[in-house]
Order: sequence, then structure tokens, then C-alpha cells
Amino acid sequence: MTSLMSLSHWLGATFILSGVLFFVVGTIGLLRFPDIYSRLHALTKADNLGLGLVIAGLVLQAETLTGALKLILIWLLVIASSATTSFLIARAALNRGIQPRSKP
Amino acid sequence: MALFDLELVLSEILIVTIMVGLIRIVRGPTAADRMLTAQLFGTTSVAILLLLGEATDTPALQDVALVFALLAAIAGIAFVQRIWGIEPETHD
Repeated sequence: MTSLMSLSHWLGATFILSGVLFFVVGTIGLLRFPDIYSRLHALTKADNLGLGLVIAGLVLQAETLTGALKLILIWLLVIASSATTSFLIARAALNRGIQPRSKP
Repeated sequence: MALFDLELVLSEILIVTIMVGLIRIVRGPTAADRMLTAQLFGTTSVAILLLLGEATDTPALQDVALVFALLAAIAGIAFVQRIWGIEPETHD
């Protein structure tokens, strides 16, 4: 039992660490990419994957089943809201005539 | 708890990530680029609050994370509807 607890703890720590790395990569993409569409792509994809990995690690370390379910529900809410908002921002940018960057 | 408090260290790294992302507010040519930082806040602050709630054993921070996620979504939708819903103005 104790070995199983320790294994899930370290596996969760690994998941959390890789999720934070994805957050760092998303911020680098937000700063380095050339136009609004690629920035949206980098930010929403990398950040939602990073949040998913962090939440998977926290679920592995959770004590109760209801706490784990609540974490998963938080993740689903963030994914739905982030996808909707990024789609709306990209569509509004296209309607205002902001062209995607073509090949130089 | 582990040998050292991993969650606290990682949440501080995420706070540094948000501070670096603030550069996009200064340099983004359009208003949407500045709005992307609100998206960054929405996702990263949820992760920060969940890690802090795990590190300090306060499950109430999960509810705060829920509020932050909803606020980020509402901010983005309000930006699209109210700021960019009107007729296009000249770039300043």
C-alpha cells in the first residue's frame, strides 16, 4: 500500500513538472510568433495541454474521489471556455481584415 | 509532503511565466494581441491556484480557480462583442 502511494505521488510529480514545462513553452510561443493566429494557436494549445498535465498529476495525488472529479470538471470547463474564446477572437480578427502572415 | 515543496516552486515558476507574458501587452500591434494575455492569465492562474491549494492544503482555492476560469472566458467574449463588435476604426 505504501509503495503504491509513493509510486502515484512520484508519477503525479512528474506529470506536474511536464505540465509546467508546457506552460513555459506556451509563453515563449506567445512572445516569438509573428501574427495573431499563430500566437492564438501556441497559447491555447500549449496552455491547455499544460493545465491538463498539471491536473492529471494532482488527480494522481488526490485523497478523495470527489476531489479528483472536481479537478477534472475544472479542466473541462477551462478547455471549453478557452476554445470558444480563441475561436471568437480569431473570427473577429478575420472580420476586421487582419491577414494571416504569408510566406516571406 | 515530498522532500521539498515541489508545488510551491512550480507555482512560482508559473508566476514568472505570467510576468514574462506581459511583454506582449507592450508590443502587440493589435488589441487582440493584448487580449491574448488575458487568455494566458486565465489558464495559468488556474494552474497556479490549484498547485497552491495542493501545497497549502486549502481546497477552497479550487473554487477561486473556477472563478478565474469563468472570468477569463467572460473577458474574452466581452472584448469580441463590445470592443470589436463596433465598426472598424483607424489604427492608432
